[in-house]
Amino acid sequence: MTTQKITLAKGLNMGLRKAMEADDKVLLMGEDVGKLGGVFRITDGLQKDFGEDRVIDSPLAESGIVGTAVGMALRGYRPVVEIQFDGFVYPAYDQIVCQVAKYTYRSQGKVKMPIVIRIPFGGGIGAVEHHSESPEAQFAHTPGLKVVACSNPVDGYWMIQQAIAHDDPVIFLEPKRQYHADKAELDDSATPEPLFTSRVVRAGSDATVLAYGPTVKTALKAAEAAESEGRNLEVIDLRTLSPLDMAPVYESVRRTGRCVITHEAHVNLGMGAEVAARITEQCFYSLEAPVLRVGAFDMPYPPSRIEEEYLPDLDRVLDAVDRTFAF
Amino acid sequence: MSDPVSFGPDLAEVFGPSQSDGGPDLVQLLTPEGERVHHPEFDHDFSAEELRGLYRDMVLTRRIDVEATALQRHGELGIWAQLLGQEAAQIGAGRAMRPQDYAFPTYREHGVAYCKGVDPLRLLGLFRGVDQGGWDPNENNFGLYTIVIGAQTLHATGYAMGMQRDGVVGTGDPERDSAVLAHFGDGASSQGDVNEAFIFAASYNAPVVFFCQNNQWAISEPIERQTRIPLYQRALGFGFPGIRVDGNDVLATYAVTKAALQRAREGNGPSFVEAYTYRMGAHTTTDDPTRYRLNDELEHWKLKDPIERLKVYLRRNGLVDQQFFDDLDAEAKELGHHLREGCKALPDPKPMDQFGYVFSEMTDEIREQRDGFQAYLASFESEGAH
Repeated sequence: MTTQKITLAKGLNMGLRKAMEADDKVLLMGEDVGKLGGVFRITDGLQKDFGEDRVIDSPLAESGIVGTAVGMALRGYRPVVEIQFDGFVYPAYDQIVCQVAKYTYRSQGKVKMPIVIRIPFGGGIGAVEHHSESPEAQFAHTPGLKVVACSNPVDGYWMIQQAIAHDDPVIFLEPKRQYHADKAELDDSATPEPLFTSRVVRAGSDATVLAYGPTVKTALKAAEAAESEGRNLEVIDLRTLSPLDMAPVYESVRRTGRCVITHEAHVNLGMGAEVAARITEQCFYSLEAPVLRVGAFDMPYPPSRIEEEYLPDLDRVLDAVDRTFAF
Repeated sequence: MSDPVSFGPDLAEVFGPSQSDGGPDLVQLLTPEGERVHHPEFDHDFSAEELRGLYRDMVLTRRIDVEATALQRHGELGIWAQLLGQEAAQIGAGRAMRPQDYAFPTYREHGVAYCKGVDPLRLLGLFRGVDQGGWDPNENNFGLYTIVIGAQTLHATGYAMGMQRDGVVGTGDPERDSAVLAHFGDGASSQGDVNEAFIFAASYNAPVVFFCQNNQWAISEPIERQTRIPLYQRALGFGFPGIRVDGNDVLATYAVTKAALQRAREGNGPSFVEAYTYRMGAHTTTDDPTRYRLNDELEHWKLKDPIERLKVYLRRNGLVDQQFFDDLDAEAKELGHHLREGCKALPDPKPMDQFGYVFSEMTDEIREQRDGFQAYLASFESEGAH
C-alpha cells in the first residue's frame, strides 16, 4: 500500500497517466495539453512520456477537437479531450449534442462513443468573462450523455480512470478552483466506488445538504458551522449528474425531512430543480419543508471582484437550512 | 476625394472570371458529347469491362433514386434526398475507393453507399422513419448519413488521424495503406466544421480526401451565396491542393479521386476535390426549385447528363451490344422491385427497443422509464379484458 498527499490537479494527472498505461487506445487531445501540460497543468508531463501521437496539441477550435474525437472513437480509440475553460465549450456544443450524444442511438447501439470531455468548471479564480461558468445542466439535459463532477483529489484520481474505461460519452467536470487547493491522502490500492454513484460525505440527522463539484466544500463548511449551533447536517456529494444516483438521497431525506441543494450554476432549470422534483415525487410524505435551492442568480457571470457575492457560500447555505426549519 | 486605397491584388486577376462551364482548370476525360479526351496529369487506361461497370453502376444508382422518389410520392417515404444528375460524381468517387478506405457521407450519397456494398434498402429506413441510419458503419466502412451540414467532415478527419496512429498510412503496402473520403456539398463549404476539418487535416497531414459535390444549389441558394472564388481554389489557403473535376464525367471523377486517395494513402496528406456538377432534381422531395431557378439552366445541364455521355461513348466504340442494355434493364427492374417491396415490408421500430439504444448499457433511470411506459401501455390491455 502506498499513500501520498495529492491535490486535485495531481490526482487527475495521475489518473490520466494510469488510464494511458492501462490502454494504448487512450488519447488525450486539446489546446495546450502537450508541452505546456494544459493551462492548469492537468496533463503535465504526459506528452513527454507518451509521445505526440497520444497527447495531441490541437488547433484552436473546440468543434474540431470534439468532432475529430468522434472520428477517432469510430476508429476504435478512446479520446479524452480537454476543453480549456467552461465558457469555451459552446463552439463544440453542436458536435457534443448532435453527434457525440446521438451516435450510439442513431446506430441502434451498434456504435459506441467512448469519449471523455473534460471541462474545468465553476468560478472563484478571479478570471475574466467566460472562464467561470457552470454549464452542467445543459449537458445533463441532453439524452445520450453522462455527466459527472469530481469534488476532491481522491475522486479525481479514480473517477477520471473510470470515465475513460466507460463505453459511453462522459462530460467530466472538474472544479477548477480546487485544482491546486486542498490536498488529500490517496491510497491507490483501495477499491474505488462505482463511477455513477453519489456518496454521503458527512453523516447527519437534522437536514440533508446536496452538493457536487466546488460546492461540496461549501456544504461541508456549512455543516461544520451548523454543528456549533447544535444542528447536525448530512452532506451528500452527488458526483454523478446524469444519470443521477438518488437512492442515498431518498434514504437521507426520508430520515431528515429537510433538504437543501446547492450549486454554482443558475437556479432556474438547474440540477437543483430536477433533484427537487424527484425528491418531491419519492419522499413526499417525509418532507417537513419544500426542497430549497441555493445557486447563482439568473444573470451572466459577474465581474470577478464581486463573484464571491454571487456564488453560493456558507452563509447562504445555512440561511436556506434555517428557512427549511422555519417552514 | 482621394483615390481608393489599393489593398492586395484584384481577385479577378488572381482567380480569373467566374465561369459557369467550370472554367479552364476543369479536369475532363469524357466530354458531354461522349468524346474521350486526355489529361496530362489525371488519366487512366479504362478497360471495356471497367467502362461497362461504371455505366452499370450509374444506371442502377439512378434507379435507386427514381424508385425512392416514387416511393415518397406514394407516401411510403416521408422525404427523399434526390441525387439525380450526381451519379458520375458519386460512382467515380465510390469506385476509386479500396475496401479498407472509409467514406463519411452526407444524406445524399446513395451512389457511394451502393459502391461500398450497403443494401440500398437500408438507406430508405431513415427516410421512411423506421430508423435513423440502421447500418453498422464499420461493416462496410461507410459512416451513417449525417444531417447536420458538414459535421461529418470532422469525423472523417478524426478517423483519418486514427488510421495514422494504426500505422496504415504510407507503409507502401497497397493492401494496408488506407484513406478517408469525406463527402459534403457546396453549401457545407460555408460551415465552420468544414473549415475546421480542413485545418485539422492540414495540421496533422491526415489521409483524407475532401470530396465536394458542388451541385450549384444549397436548397434555394446559388453557389454565389457561398463563395466569391471557385471552391477548389480555397484549398491552397488551407495548405493542400484543390482540383476541380467535371462531376458529370465518371471517368474524370474516378481518375482524380483515385489519385487523391492514393496520395493520401501514401502519407502525402489531404486534398480537395471539387466535383463540378448539378442537382437536376429538387433539394428533397419537399422542395420546389421552380421558385428560385430558371428552367433554362436545368435544360442546359441535361445536355451534360452523366449517363448519356458514357452511353454514347460505349455505343460509338462498339463496347456494348443490345444484350448488355437488356440485361442491365432487367437488373434495374429487379432492383426497383427489391426496393418497392422491401420498403413496404420494413418493420416499424418497436417503441420498447428505443430505450436500449441510448447507451451501450441501459441505465437504471432509462430502465425505469421503459418499465413505466410498458406498465402504462399494459394498463389499457387489462382494461380491455374487463
